[in-house]
Amino acid sequence: MLQELQNQFLPSTVGGLVIGSIYALVALGYTMVYGVLRLINFAHSEIFMIGTFASLVTLTAIAPAGPLGGIAMVGVLVLIVVISAIVSGGAAVLLEQVAYRPLRKKGATRLAALISAIGASLFLQELFGLKVINWLTGKPGRNQQSAPRFVDRDTLFSIGNANVRTDHVLVIVAAVIVMIFLDQLVSRTKIGRGIRATAQDPEAAVLMGVSIDKIVRITFLLGGAMAGVAAALYVMEIENTDYRVGFVLGIKAFTAAVLGGIGNLRGALLGGIVLGLVENWGAIFLGSQWKDVIAFVILVLVLMFRPTGILGESLQRARA
Amino acid sequence: MKGEGVAKGNAGLRALHPITRMRDWWADAPQWQRYTVYIALIVIALILPAPWIGSFMSPYSDWTNVLVYPIGTYILLAVGLNIVVGHAGMLDLGFVAFFAIGGYTLAYFGTKHGWTFWGTLVMGIVLAAVSGVILGAPTLRLRGDYLAIVTLGFGEIVRITANNTDEIGGARGITNIPHPSPILGMEFLLDAAPYYYLILGAIILVIIFSVRLTKSRVGRAWAAIREDEDAAELMGVPTFKFKLLAFAIGAMIGGLGGGIYASKAVFIQPETFPFILSATILAAVVLGGAGNLPGVILGAFVIGWLPERFRFLAEYRILAFGAVLVLMMAVRPEGLLPSRQRKAELHEGTGGMGTMGAEVPGPDSDSTAEVSQ
Repeated sequence: MLQELQNQFLPSTVGGLVIGSIYALVALGYTMVYGVLRLINFAHSEIFMIGTFASLVTLTAIAPAGPLGGIAMVGVLVLIVVISAIVSGGAAVLLEQVAYRPLRKKGATRLAALISAIGASLFLQELFGLKVINWLTGKPGRNQQSAPRFVDRDTLFSIGNANVRTDHVLVIVAAVIVMIFLDQLVSRTKIGRGIRATAQDPEAAVLMGVSIDKIVRITFLLGGAMAGVAAALYVMEIENTDYRVGFVLGIKAFTAAVLGGIGNLRGALLGGIVLGLVENWGAIFLGSQWKDVIAFVILVLVLMFRPTGILGESLQRARA
Repeated sequence: MKGEGVAKGNAGLRALHPITRMRDWWADAPQWQRYTVYIALIVIALILPAPWIGSFMSPYSDWTNVLVYPIGTYILLAVGLNIVVGHAGMLDLGFVAFFAIGGYTLAYFGTKHGWTFWGTLVMGIVLAAVSGVILGAPTLRLRGDYLAIVTLGFGEIVRITANNTDEIGGARGITNIPHPSPILGMEFLLDAAPYYYLILGAIILVIIFSVRLTKSRVGRAWAAIREDEDAAELMGVPTFKFKLLAFAIGAMIGGLGGGIYASKAVFIQPETFPFILSATILAAVVLGGAGNLPGVILGAFVIGWLPERFRFLAEYRILAFGAVLVLMMAVRPEGLLPSRQRKAELHEGTGGMGTMGAEVPGPDSDSTAEVSQ
């Protein structure tokens, strides 16, 4: 057992950091929407799923003959990240318009909003499984769809016995850049101030001249775009997707958001990384088929012992 | 003053509606009339498997089979989930976990240890209740929306654990689950009719139990918790205890359904218990009208029956559930056949979980809200 731990600890750590970065990006969407609306945007996982297909279709259209190098590789990555972010962001805005805005205008209960979110999630998943994926790829919509490889899988450098590959570095670097961008946007710009004000006290924000509808729309746009970035990185790293890809990943990202402290952007980052690491370390002992169970057990434990998460809740107090 | 006027206007309008009139009559009906209706309903349920009804209701597959699963099983589960969602106001997204625990208990003890159906069924119900308490005890103190995600996670934990445990068949599941031993001269073999009467009996028992319970002190405590948990606590209602009770009772009914299903199906595997089944039962409860038994039963019947009757719909079933949930919440959150009390809460109160943030009404939306009600 100890031998196994020694052999697998560093490789698992690298794997955990990579998948944790993707969790963190998706968690940002949950955390921002929860901060502003006090709503678990259950359909956020489907926004991620839509993003993976935006990336997949773009990659298929480019049809790289094999792994690219240097500028071409980074160029393709930036392209799929931007396209996925736009598609996912747009889908999130549309989702808000259709599934949440009417309820918000009526002052509906949170239970009603959550049920509406679940409905939207089921609807989008099935829409893709039944029709959209088939239109996009020409293959049966219920099947796994694989994406062409454009980043090589060669070892870039090693830390101990852990081989760090180019795609690992790209995921982590891209995630960090995007998160710094979002953090600055929320803590320094006028829009960010509007988001924080709305999260803190919607009524006072309205009195101060903040347009709530606009802020909510921007929140969904930003959260969706983050899910789109995560989706592009996921497609590059995992190289396949299907119409149910968002379900488990979505729950884990939500777990990450709660773990870090929901409503807290830096918490989402921390939560994602911690969840990715713990899940991978746990798999050394229990086997990788228990990964999902580990993540859910962590969720229950966090909610039992520290429901406000590691960094504490709220979009307003943490200034980010 | 304004509110009173609106209420009166509403009452005047509503009295014309046939369902409303029927309800008004029901509210004042003497006991013998009520019992006549109950007996009539049971008689209808007893003759429901008749082939001439089946030839219209289910031309593509055996009607009695359809009555057992999905219709009967959905109704049983929906009545159970209704206690949790409709009465206590907690959103449980992992209800299928208890269905799975009941099913697996029956399958495991029946095949590996040769237990009889009745003993194992009780065991399944007890185990489901115990797992409900184990899950509920740490999580029921949480906010409602957190509870939803935790129960969802629990549903997945149970399914993945079953998938990874070779002792209960792993991904291949358990086959050759024994049929129940004969009772009252009914042989439980491949014919679906005895199972129909078995599940009908279970549904009737559970309905009586549920009605008696909700009209008791327990039911009033649940209503208080649902409407305003803090106020209930301040009034001396031990909210946690009653929430746990609702959770455990819901779990027991789920376990009962799972036991009956497993003995009928003879074969279960982890994929028999997907998240989508939890969502389906929730859709049934919400569509019918959470908190109102006739509505919930109607909702479960419709959701079980429609895809069987209209086969071309089967493929679009989940798509339609999704759309229905979204539409329903936007247009009629109280469901098709709501309980009056619940409807009033949803329109005036916060339904137990508080409202969404960032929903500040515009300068003139107050008056429009009054008119549209």
